[in-house]
Formats: sequence, structure tokens, C-alpha cells
Amino acid sequence: MADDALAKGGSGVSSTLPHLPAASFQTAIEFIFEAQPSNVTGGKLVGGLSQTIELAMTQLEVTVLALALSMVVALPVGLYLGHRGTGELLAVGLGHAGRAIPELALIAFMAAVIGVGTLNVTIALAVLGVPPILTNAFVGIRQVDRASVEAARGIGMTEAEVLSKVEVPLAIPTLMTGIRGATIAIVATATIAPLAGVLTLGDYIINENVYGEDGVVAGAIVVALMALGLELLLALLQRRLTSKGLKLSSA
Amino acid sequence: MSSWALPVAAAGELPPDFFQERTSETLPCQATSKLFCFDWARENIDRYGTPTVQHLKLVALAVLIGFAIAFTLALLAHRRRWLRAPLLAATGVLYTIPSVAFFFLLLPLTGRGVDTAVIALTAFNLQIIYRNTIVGLANVPSPVKDAARGMGLTDRQILWRVELPLASPEIIAGLRIATVSTVAIATLAKFAGGGGLGVPIFANGIDFKTNIIIAGGIAILMALSFDAILYGIQWRMTPWRRVAQA
Repeated sequence: MADDALAKGGSGVSSTLPHLPAASFQTAIEFIFEAQPSNVTGGKLVGGLSQTIELAMTQLEVTVLALALSMVVALPVGLYLGHRGTGELLAVGLGHAGRAIPELALIAFMAAVIGVGTLNVTIALAVLGVPPILTNAFVGIRQVDRASVEAARGIGMTEAEVLSKVEVPLAIPTLMTGIRGATIAIVATATIAPLAGVLTLGDYIINENVYGEDGVVAGAIVVALMALGLELLLALLQRRLTSKGLKLSSA
Repeated sequence: MSSWALPVAAAGELPPDFFQERTSETLPCQATSKLFCFDWARENIDRYGTPTVQHLKLVALAVLIGFAIAFTLALLAHRRRWLRAPLLAATGVLYTIPSVAFFFLLLPLTGRGVDTAVIALTAFNLQIIYRNTIVGLANVPSPVKDAARGMGLTDRQILWRVELPLASPEIIAGLRIATVSTVAIATLAKFAGGGGLGVPIFANGIDFKTNIIIAGGIAILMALSFDAILYGIQWRMTPWRRVAQA
């Protein structure tokens, strides 16, 4: 089996792991669709479409869960602070400080202190999602023209109506920027979730000794496509949510 | 536990208390599940030197190269408006691809090592710096540009003497975001064989929290220091803002 693997890779750039063939995009794409014999498991087949889909679904699941959790935490706080116009230091400072959290250390720390598993990974990923959503919710609401808000109050809207019917619709582009930023950070970090015991597509990448270089490159391809797909989906959603009037004025 | 758990004494030199029961009281701290081992940290702090230097190098290279490319692209797009949207989309794609994936998409092309890590981190940076430079240049009030033109400045002089200085707060804000994010993301460079502070985080297994706290702490401190330095530069470069605020 090892000979098979060697023959398959052909000659190319020499790898740091001499027993593995140098990866190419072609063999990596084959790995995504068709299971390949592994060097470690004694020829047992690894990879292939069914395992790829299973890992991708897990990654999507923790990403969506974490995104939902960070939105539940950050959106109400950001919208409320933005509406009241207080707590700028908290909202903006937190957003800036959040960027300094090293992803790898966060995942490792959560795994070491709380333990491994889906819940802990979800919480760790949600921690990364909160700062961008909170900051952009605050900034988006604050940037809404005060004259529009005064006009809304003048025609008798309650504070809740001012927020939901005037401020939020006008802040949608900024709000969505925050959610898109959070999604990118979360899906990227979900890739290293296998370190905390949740098998996402990062399993292909991190467990190179099982999947070989083809598996590593295959994992990278699918992760990149997933991130780009999510970003595209959210961009389309943003266009749907933006009111017609705003689109006209920016055109 | 790992190899560092207990030192093995040479035959005949066993200390009298060697054969006592191993409880959390008698075990060395690093063999327990304590949050932070101060003694271990004090003895082993020098092992973080090389990873810290590697990390600094990764970040400095990625941000400097990223700035050189993104700034040039932004100036181009400032002159030729039709380039703006396609360049924004292109850098957006590079920004969206997770760095861990980017490292290994480069594997068949550049292999492993510092080069691969720097390329991926640079690609991540471009969008942030490009967008802030474009926004900064676009926010320069046109009466200011008209006044400069009226005084006889050429387009090139207007760009370097009027537009760029007035746009510098936004440009440096972009650099700050890019630098702070890069310091955090460079912990993942370990997967690309690029070294950095990601290496010591897992050096003694995932259960050893002291390592994670020290290496993660150094990364956060590094990010905050870069941020403070860039903020200082911004403060020095924009004296008119201080006058306006006073």
C-alpha cells in the first residue's frame, strides 16, 4: 500500500515527511471524492465523499451554533448601547481588543480548562464572534442620522419602534459587516476544532499522519470553499435585507 | 504524563523522600492540573525567546509586504476608479479564505516554512489596508483639493502633500487592525511549519495550561504593543487633529 501511495504522488517538490507523496491539487481533489488507502491505518480507506461531507457538516454545525450564540449575546447589547448612545468605550474597545485574542491559544485554553466537546468549542468560537458583532451593531446604530430619529419620535413612535423601524433598517449594512466578520473568524477557527475533540474538516489538515498530504490539501480546499460560500450567502442576505431606498441613495 | 514529569535520579542517589506517595501535594506542579505553575514558568521562560522572535518576524514581514502591495493597489484604484470594485472583490476573496486553509492551499506550490506562512498572512492583510486607504482618500473634502489645485499644485503634489496626510488617520487605523489581527492569526503559522508562538502552545500537550497562558499572553502583549506604537505614530503624524480637538 505504501508503494501505491508513493507511485501515485510522482516526483515533485520533496516533502518534509519522506514516506508521503508530495501533494498536488489533482490528487487532493481525488481525495475529496474517492477514499484513499492510508499509510498509517494499514491500508484502511480514508477520505472520500462521505467522510468529507460528514466533517463539513460538523464544521457547519459548530459554525452556525457559535454564530447564533454570539448574535444572541452581542446584538441586544450592541443595539441597546447604540440606541442609548452610551458605553462607546466598552463597545468599540471590546471590538478592538477582541482581535488580539490568539485563536490557537483560545481553543487550547478552553479545551484544557473546561474540557473537550461540541459545547466548549461552540463557546470558544462564540467568544470570537461577539466583538465584531457588538462593535458594528453599536457603530451602525450611532451612525443613523439623528434627524431621522427625531422625526420618528415626532410622529409618535415608541423607543422600541424607533429602534426596530428606523435605526435597525438604516444600520443594516454596518450590522451585516459585523456578522460577516464574525462568520469568517468563526468558520476559520472551527477548522482547528479537532484539537478540542470536535472532528471538523480540520481533521484532514491536522491529522496529516492519517490522511497524508493529499488529505491536508483536500481539507484546505473544502474549508476555503465553505468560507467563500458562507460569505457569498451573507452578502446576498445583506442585499435582501437592505431597504430599497438605501440601495437607491448609494447607487 | 510526558517525559518532563519526574526527573530520574541516578542509581544510589535516590533522595530519602523519593518513594513517598504521589499526591497532588508531592507531585511537581506541571504533573498536576493547576492553572499556572510559577516555578516551572520561572525555570523555562527562556524557551519562549525563539518563538517570540519568529512570531515578530512573521508579523513584521506580513504587515510590511501587505502594506506595500495594498497601498500601491489603493493608489492605483484612486487614479483609475474602475479598478476599485474588482480590487476590493479580489482582496475580499483573499481575506475570506481562512489562514489555516491558505497555508495548505500553498502546500503544492511553496511547500512548508516561513515563506508559506508569510504569503498567507499577507494575503489576509491586503483587504484591511486597501479598504482603509481607499476610504481615507475618498473622505478628503473636495474643497481642500480645489484649494490645493488653486494654489498651483499638480495632481501628484496634491496626492502626496494634501490627500495622503489627510487620509493618514484612516490608513494607520487600517494598519492597526491588520497588525493586531495578524499577531493573533500568526499563532496558526505553526501548522504551516512557520514557527511562532503557536509552537509552544502545544509543546507539552493540551493539558498543560501554563504553556498556553504564557504563549497566548506574549501574543496578546505583542498585539497591544504594536497597537500602541502605531497609535503613537498616528498621533505624531497628525498634529492638526490635536489642535482641532483642543
